[in-house]
Amino acid sequence: MGANGTDASPAQTCDSRNSTPPGRVADIAKTGVDMTDKAVPDAATQRDIYRRMALIKANDERSRKVIHAGRVVMPYYSPRGQEVIPSAISVNLTDDDYICTIYRGTHDMLAKGVPLRDLWAELAGRVTGTCKGKGGPMHITHPKSGVMVTTGIVGSSMPIANGLAWGSQLKGDGRVTVAYFGDGASNIGAFHESLNMASVWKLPVIFVCQNNEWGEHTSYEKATSARQIADRAHGYSMPGVRVDGNDPFAMYAAAKEAIDRARAGGGPTLIEAMTYRFHGHVLGDADAYMDKARKQAAIDADPVPRFRTLLIDTGVATEAELAAMEAEIEAALDDAIEYALASAWPGVEELSRDVFAQGAV
Amino acid sequence: MSATTKKAAKENILQAINRALADAMESDDSVLVLGEDVADPEEGGVVGVTRGLSTRFGEQRVRSTPISEQAIIGAAIGASLVGFKPVAEIMLMNFTTVAMDMIVNHAAKLRFMSGGQTHVPIVIRTMTGTGFGTGGQHCDYLEAWFAHTAGIKVVAPSSPRDAYGLMRSAIDDPDPVLFIENLPTYWLPDEPAEKGFRVPLGKANVLAEGRDVTIIAYARMVNEAKAALPKLAEAGISAELIDLRSIAPWDQETVLASVARTGRAVVVHEAVTPFGVGAEISAVLHEKLFRQLHAPVKRLGGAFCPVPFSKPLETAFAPQAADIVAAAQALVAA
Ligand SMILES: Cc1ncc(C[n+]2csc(CCOP(=O)(O)OP(=O)(O)O)c2C)c(N)n1
Ligand SMILES: [Mg+2]
Repeated sequence: MGANGTDASPAQTCDSRNSTPPGRVADIAKTGVDMTDKAVPDAATQRDIYRRMALIKANDERSRKVIHAGRVVMPYYSPRGQEVIPSAISVNLTDDDYICTIYRGTHDMLAKGVPLRDLWAELAGRVTGTCKGKGGPMHITHPKSGVMVTTGIVGSSMPIANGLAWGSQLKGDGRVTVAYFGDGASNIGAFHESLNMASVWKLPVIFVCQNNEWGEHTSYEKATSARQIADRAHGYSMPGVRVDGNDPFAMYAAAKEAIDRARAGGGPTLIEAMTYRFHGHVLGDADAYMDKARKQAAIDADPVPRFRTLLIDTGVATEAELAAMEAEIEAALDDAIEYALASAWPGVEELSRDVFAQGAV
Repeated sequence: MSATTKKAAKENILQAINRALADAMESDDSVLVLGEDVADPEEGGVVGVTRGLSTRFGEQRVRSTPISEQAIIGAAIGASLVGFKPVAEIMLMNFTTVAMDMIVNHAAKLRFMSGGQTHVPIVIRTMTGTGFGTGGQHCDYLEAWFAHTAGIKVVAPSSPRDAYGLMRSAIDDPDPVLFIENLPTYWLPDEPAEKGFRVPLGKANVLAEGRDVTIIAYARMVNEAKAALPKLAEAGISAELIDLRSIAPWDQETVLASVARTGRAVVVHEAVTPFGVGAEISAVLHEKLFRQLHAPVKRLGGAFCPVPFSKPLETAFAPQAADIVAAAQALVAA
């Protein structure tokens, strides 16, 4: 059975079929998540989650526009469709908490609070960027917002997240670390080594697998032996939960539980957040290998407008409030891109700077 | 192919490698292909180098793998120990880092450590190269690491003809061969090799003859060197251009004979200069031709830093034709 299996599992996946709490978006039958005893975000938090989701969606749309117009040249791995995961997680984190993310992680960075101007200047390769233009889209670092590492190597967010969490454990600073990675990354040695070590050392780390059903052009079923990735936690004696990563409430509850446990010294959790990649692996990939109907179904269930409707229907926000929020996001994007493109390029002397502490040897 | 046959249509490097793999698989059932996305349901590789092979030879022989570089090379090694000839793809050269134990500690060493009882006839295909703004983890040239390891051969073709011929030889070879493909030049069309053509491993190719200076290059740097030749000619400098093709072992005979005549040498690669392939070639030239050199050997390589993302920095990172012209002129003027 593949990524959408709902069989009972040794991991902590809830499989009861209780009633849906009011306002639930999740399809319990699909995800097997029971919200009965789970934390529900308050109204302000719901709006905060939506703001982050809307920002990620708008940023994605702007990215493809700007790249297609040739104003910025960069490899772009769209996180479209995966907005909920870091948004519902990040409202449970502070700027002091750490994340390690991957080439696709623009959503993780934005949800964690990387400022748009710094981000866009980096994407444009300008010296005002988060990394002086030297890192680029796959290597955003912004310690002020807790974005410690962005890696282009599949699987490499996890070992380093352990080290950050170990540091917090040693210092007793109460911080937690979230390691983001994909379903494909759970097949690389680093995943298994990291889960084992985190469990043995009881590290305050949360492993968040964003299962979008694809690793480049290879489907989950073809590459992954586990019925579900959450099951793999069992072998490392840590809680493993599978959750509908496109349901803000389910995602929030799962994240809160794991983060609270980590902060309290209860050790790591593996969260498998079910989602779907709306586009090809990288901008320019025509995604002919993806099943059209499956993809369309995912797009039809777009979590961003779905949550928007829910907030209005449940009286958590008004149409006017959300429209104002979205307009603010668009204005911030205009400003950030303008700022980025007006910024200077780094000079060639930057080639020999930052290689070592005192410049190159 | 007879001389009277109509000239074949041009093909690019990507097509040449595809054809070499297909011809090798056709002539030898023990040849296997494995790697991430290499089979046709996954579009035959991220840029399509292996496209069509699984449809033709079946997914048992052409297998898409999980994202597991260590397991990919390990499986190739194991299968080779029992009679197969796997061609394993590591999508990008930087991802060989994840499989270094398998490549360096095992593939390269098993023949020696087993006292010659076993050997590892695998080919590891990988691609790399700056130019696409992929930054610090996607376009390094790491050939020196492997050339520095006894027991593995390293090749880096610059033309479709050589790509075909080297791939056939690499598959024939009884030892592990790292086959480095350059991403930005995959699609440049040129003369195709005839079916069955072989380029011997360890044999360089003299692309242009000259009297004053020898330019030694491989992979994309051959194209930069070619672009430098007319400018050098304008400046009255007659340059000889050698495409090394094989990095380990390298063709000392051809290179030494050339530099013995010209008395000057520029070695060009995209990899960073310190401790690089250029350093090895330069050392051998100085050791063997000390009294015949008119000037010290010049090395040109990438800046000593991770590959930067920002376009002007990335462009400044790797040597260009103008750098080669300047280096050759400086040697002649010395
Ligand atoms: C070690 C390594 N191998 C291969 C790649 C090439 N690659 C980049 S992304 C990717 C797919 C990863 O899939 P997944 O982990 O599911 O993450 P997603 O891209 O779906 O977010 C691959 C194979 C890489 N970057 N690093
Ligand atoms: Mg994936």
